[in-house]
Amino acid sequence: MRLLSQWLNDGHMQQSGTGPAQAPNRAPAADQDGSAAIDVAHLVKVYKTTRAVDDISFRIARGSITGLLGGNGAGKTTTIAMIMGLVLPTSGSVAVLGAKIPEQRYDVLGRMNFESPYVDMPMRLTVRQNLTIFGRLYAVKHLRERIDQLAADLDLTEFLDRSNGKLSAGQKTRVALAKALINEPDLLLLDEPTASLDPDTADWVREHLETYRKTHNATILLASHNMLEVERLCDRVIIMKRGKIEDDDSPERIMARYNRDTLEEVFLDVARGRVREGAHE
Amino acid sequence: MSEIVSHQPRGISLHRINAMVLRYWYLLMSSWPRLLELIYWPALQIITWGFLQNYISQTSGFFAKAGGTLIGAVILWDILFRGQLGFSISFLEEMWARNLGNLMMSPLKPIEFLLSLMIMSLIRLAIGVIPMTLLALFFFGFNFYAIGLPLIAFFCNLIFTSWSVGVFASGLVLRNGLGAESIVWTLMFAVMPLACIYYPVEVLPDWLQYVAWTLPPTYVFEGMRSLLIDHVFRADLMAWALAINAILFAASFAVFLALLQSAKRHGSLLSGGE
Repeated sequence: MRLLSQWLNDGHMQQSGTGPAQAPNRAPAADQDGSAAIDVAHLVKVYKTTRAVDDISFRIARGSITGLLGGNGAGKTTTIAMIMGLVLPTSGSVAVLGAKIPEQRYDVLGRMNFESPYVDMPMRLTVRQNLTIFGRLYAVKHLRERIDQLAADLDLTEFLDRSNGKLSAGQKTRVALAKALINEPDLLLLDEPTASLDPDTADWVREHLETYRKTHNATILLASHNMLEVERLCDRVIIMKRGKIEDDDSPERIMARYNRDTLEEVFLDVARGRVREGAHE
Repeated sequence: MSEIVSHQPRGISLHRINAMVLRYWYLLMSSWPRLLELIYWPALQIITWGFLQNYISQTSGFFAKAGGTLIGAVILWDILFRGQLGFSISFLEEMWARNLGNLMMSPLKPIEFLLSLMIMSLIRLAIGVIPMTLLALFFFGFNFYAIGLPLIAFFCNLIFTSWSVGVFASGLVLRNGLGAESIVWTLMFAVMPLACIYYPVEVLPDWLQYVAWTLPPTYVFEGMRSLLIDHVFRADLMAWALAINAILFAASFAVFLALLQSAKRHGSLLSGGE
């Protein structure tokens, strides 16, 4: 039975005493009391000798948009990957929608989704075929109507029967976003959602994410290098540097603390170690 | 929870397996070179070896008596080899497409993923091997299906071995990235000399025979020769093969899960490159 349980659950033992015993689509107990959508405590990830993530803790409220900022190698992608359960932490804990990750990730995977530049949709398949497959994996009801609706929302209708490999970068990003929204997730994890997009398309994607958050009370965690994007979208910003949390507050308060007018200036201050007098008080 | 998502069972979901089979079916149907490749090599194999069998049966009394052993061995070897390739290539398609992260983040469970790869291995095998058997009948008068019920035992044992090797090779690629891709193409050839496809086990040195008998295909090819030459079906050989296959199958799954965990520890699931 133990071996069978491991086969069914990705090699992780399901913790019967500590987690939700109900079906995956029902909210776990800890999920119903209004607790955080994401709860990260003392998370550490060490690759050989590199501490990619170094003892970080944060809680993300439901229905919020949080930006994870930081330069290359700051630990943003590793943090998101640990939240998704694709990378195992060296120590510390992650809970998503009340479920422990990675032990109970299959209880909540149907309520999450993600988009990342590190993954692609199969190129030879058409947009409709790709969305059909992911819709089936997420057990989406009335899938054909859902795909048509997403295609209309994301301006993909005319590309639905075109193979993914024949789309432009902007169109591919919209398809990836359609895949990320196919199951109307309660939690959306986005890694550089507007990278490689022209300003018009990027703005359009941001607007769509804002609308989605408002209409679905969804929680969004996004890692980005685009400071304007973070300023516009996020209620809260977590700035990471060398695996640690350098600052964590609303964009307005962070800018005020650093005595800067834009997050980009704050980012440069942090990245170059020019922390202003009065910051972190 | 969103209203648009149906209740999903806690255990294995046939819907998700079906979705993955559909994904590979779409891929196969979108690419004629992929389809052609499935038929091309098996067809060449059977024609080449079939003519060789014709030639040596004219010059050798043994082969004249043991009609079809060479062609039968070629077809059974192809079931073993193509079965594994059918499994592993579908897995590699996910690596090539950089789609593994999407799948691992979806509710698809590893066991469902592996089951869908097994179903695809059967579909790909059917596309490649059925034309091969028809060519054997048409050109060389060898009716593979005349083997009858023993064929089911041969097939099941070979396909189980091919899946075990496929699961193991896929785990290695999952852990080590596409740099380990060549293992997928070559691993089965390590079995080839010891499985005694074209010659009896007694040909091997005594100590190597012990090694050969640890491999389920050895029992199948011995069983095939016994059937075609002596007209005796050796059920004992098939039972042994099945027992060893059960151990190999369970071991390959355990190794795959261990390699998946290792990939998660090393952060290689999102990279998947070299």
